[in-house]
Amino acid sequence: MSISAKANRLWAYANPKKFLETTEKALPFFWVAAALCLVVGLVWGFFFTPDDYRQGSTVKIIYLHVPSALMAINIWFMMLVTSLVWLVRRHHVSALAARAAAPVGVVMTLIALATGAIWGQPMWGTWWAWDPRLTSFLILFLFYLGYIALWEAIENPDTAADLTSVLCLVGSVFAILSRYAVNFWNQGLHQGASLSLDKEENVADVFWVPLLVCIAGFVLLFVALVLYRTGTEIRARRIKALQARERVGA
Amino acid sequence: MMPDLGKYADAVLSAYAASILLLVLLVLVSLWRGRRMRAELTAVENRLKRDG
Repeated sequence: MSISAKANRLWAYANPKKFLETTEKALPFFWVAAALCLVVGLVWGFFFTPDDYRQGSTVKIIYLHVPSALMAINIWFMMLVTSLVWLVRRHHVSALAARAAAPVGVVMTLIALATGAIWGQPMWGTWWAWDPRLTSFLILFLFYLGYIALWEAIENPDTAADLTSVLCLVGSVFAILSRYAVNFWNQGLHQGASLSLDKEENVADVFWVPLLVCIAGFVLLFVALVLYRTGTEIRARRIKALQARERVGA
Repeated sequence: MMPDLGKYADAVLSAYAASILLLVLLVLVSLWRGRRMRAELTAVENRLKRDG
């Protein structure tokens, strides 16, 4: 089968019924895998890794801070892709998937900001600094809140999907800034990336392996949540449509 | 078998407590809303079938 034929098969999931049928089967796997990775990664990181020679036991915060920050940025990119699919192909499931992902993104950004502040206080001597990465993350958090508020504020779901998609495009600039702020402005308190494909730049193996397990856990949890929440949004949309039909028939 | 977190115990424990609390709340709220929508959809569909 050619690549384009395989890509065309993907559009079958734009059908809400097909999407719900498939995700109902896949969801138990994602819930279990996410729980397993999170428990193993966090227990491993908290109980069985040594203190860092400079940061002491605060290094254990890395198992929450790095995965949540990574997810905060990448969830916005997932929303960007699904928003573009909505704008180009007008598939409702893709717009609803973006809507379903936003609250997960808010929580991930909040965890990244909170754990960063808690970690920063003993290491930098301050909870907060107007550092490029911290500031761009705060703006990303505000974009998430604005995105959710816009969905709630507009009655017509198609208009809401259009406007939130545009907001998502604009917010992508800040998602990119959040990722590369340290590289763009070589200043501020925040260090560079903890993980990279160039292994020499990574944290030590003793921290790195449980960190990868935690990242896998956060990714799997996001997939489980977004599939489940998209199903909920599909049902909520169907309820509105049926209620409108009831009102017309009455 | 709690590890010795030294002088940073408060920081580490509060980071874990806040994060786990937020994640658990997110999952619970998502599941609660999902169940509510399922029940509501079933009720609306049944009502429409009954009323023709």
